[in-house]
Amino acid sequence: MNDIKEISPTVDGARLVGSASQSLSGYINSYLKRMRSGDLGSLPIILGVIVIALIFQILNQNYLTPRNFVNLIVQMAGITTIAIGVVYVLLLGEIDLSIGYVSAVAAVFMTLRMRPPDGWPWFAAIAVALMFAALIGIVQGMIITRFQLPSFVVTLAGFLVWNGMVLILIGSGGTVVIQDPIVIGLANSFLPSIWGWAVAVAIVALFAIGRVNRWRDRQRRGVSTTPLSIMLTQIIALAVLIGLAVYFANRDRGVPFVGIVLLILLAAFTFLAERTQFGRYVYAIGGNMEAARRAGISVNRIRVMVFMISSLMAGVGGIVLASRLRSVDTAAGGGNLLLNSIAAAVIGGTSLFGGSGKVSSAFLGALVIASIENGMGLLGLSAGVKFVITGLVLLVAVLVDSLSRRSRSRSGLA
Amino acid sequence: MAEKPLLELKGVSKSFGAVQALSKVDFQAIPGEVMALVGDNGAGKSTMIKGIAGIYPFDEGEIYFDGKRVNIHSPRDIAAMGIEVVYQDLALADNLDVVANMFLGRERIRMPWRLDETSMEQSCIETLASLAVTSVRSVRQTVAGLSGGQRQSIAVAKAVMWNSRVVILDEPTAALGVAQTRQVLELVKTLAKQGLAVVLISHNLHDIFEVADRITVLRLGEKVEELIAANTTQQQVVHAITAGKLQHVPGMVEA
Repeated sequence: MNDIKEISPTVDGARLVGSASQSLSGYINSYLKRMRSGDLGSLPIILGVIVIALIFQILNQNYLTPRNFVNLIVQMAGITTIAIGVVYVLLLGEIDLSIGYVSAVAAVFMTLRMRPPDGWPWFAAIAVALMFAALIGIVQGMIITRFQLPSFVVTLAGFLVWNGMVLILIGSGGTVVIQDPIVIGLANSFLPSIWGWAVAVAIVALFAIGRVNRWRDRQRRGVSTTPLSIMLTQIIALAVLIGLAVYFANRDRGVPFVGIVLLILLAAFTFLAERTQFGRYVYAIGGNMEAARRAGISVNRIRVMVFMISSLMAGVGGIVLASRLRSVDTAAGGGNLLLNSIAAAVIGGTSLFGGSGKVSSAFLGALVIASIENGMGLLGLSAGVKFVITGLVLLVAVLVDSLSRRSRSRSGLA
Repeated sequence: MAEKPLLELKGVSKSFGAVQALSKVDFQAIPGEVMALVGDNGAGKSTMIKGIAGIYPFDEGEIYFDGKRVNIHSPRDIAAMGIEVVYQDLALADNLDVVANMFLGRERIRMPWRLDETSMEQSCIETLASLAVTSVRSVRQTVAGLSGGQRQSIAVAKAVMWNSRVVILDEPTAALGVAQTRQVLELVKTLAKQGLAVVLISHNLHDIFEVADRITVLRLGEKVEELIAANTTQQQVVHAITAGKLQHVPGMVEA
């Protein structure tokens, strides 16, 4: 995306192969051009997060405090995880309505297996719960592809079935408490400050190494590269952001362990979407399913795998949420978990129509939703007001997306 | 006969329920030549192309490639042989960039799973340059932002990048303006000059007479005639498309 390549009008090929690093001004120009044409990228949502933070800070001095910052990370972890799966499903142009209760099924399954009569160790309970969640996705995906049914209907059926399954599994018990310290620690433990800094350094180093390697490889093979100065700026910006985050977290309880899990998941699924053949096929199917089919891609296999990812991530999210509450009950996976997860992906900039979006939108969207919920909580506003505001933000996000799309199609870049 | 046909169909038929879309059609594509495939709507052109492309099997008939009888079951089979089909609208995913589209389904992989973007980008640029496709400003822009002619050029370039030997173009100029049509026709000529067997499906006789060496006329699922373009007039082709078999063609030489 950053790599603008000019093809010389003369076909001697000399300029094509011999071109070196793109000039800084050229890079900035093409960036501004894209912005003017309406391709705003993540900019509106980042501005949105900043505006929301400022408003709440003005209304309540406790909003931008280390303590609340750490709370926010823990609060958004569950939704972010589930929304990662939603992004994949939306990229295909499909929907998965079962994720809320699939997350609950996984959490309940795990909790019950660890309870005394069974007494499974935590890793076995988590592994089997996640495999079960993945299996749910595979079955739903196979029904959707084999019988060519709309995913909306099949996963709506799943929504009811898995809701029922949660009630059946928990039975009349009401609430099942999680005893295992490791499962509870997933969302309730914090890294000592030294470890926080170590992780921060590792992340920045990994990012920098990846960036520099790619740059050198492209340079060596004579394909145009992003300007060195831009690359350095990106690395420094990341270092500053991560550094600030760790600094703030360390002034409170430290970096939440679940925050690290979140970063790893985001990085892994971004890699899967943008750097692998599988991810390329997901985008291709979302963009033009027939073209993908004629290119020899096993479209249905990819679709089933995406529904599996969606259920699997719902399962992971469910376990994170259960860990945070230290228990599961009959209300698990209900409420507005499903809609918040889908809204997170959409607010973050993933299109409902398939083919466009990024894994990072799960993070950005969840950040917006969690910020609003958190801020409203601090202000002591009712759930009703919370819903109204979240709904309006969703509407604004979709409007911004639609307007920028229209402006792009006007300038021929839709 | 100048050269042996590279792709040859003998007596292929296909019916959909009661509709006989193709009946006992022979067809050939010769290296270094452009074979035009013409016929009115419903003549069976698309059915034939889809059969060759492995979208569905023919009911009967034989397919020969390079003199050997072959069975085609899926789009992968023909790609492996070196036959590429360029569809009118269905070739490209709008949301992907030029490089991703050119390599769709055949990405280069580095290390266990990673896409080798650099090498793909390089080859993409080289292929476009070798075909004199010069109007594409950036191979990293999405296909949605390209003009119709550019999109068609990319689709064709995608097809020939695989050392293909037969390229089948389904109405490549149907939606294009004058300058863009010219651009694509030049590309078609370049392909034939490079020794590929080109099959061109088109409604536009003017385009066909500009680039085609031979013309196969289909009508109502049957092959009417195979003509040598140089010895035929547009009038005769129109007659064959609309009325069927040519009775007496002055000046026509046995092929």
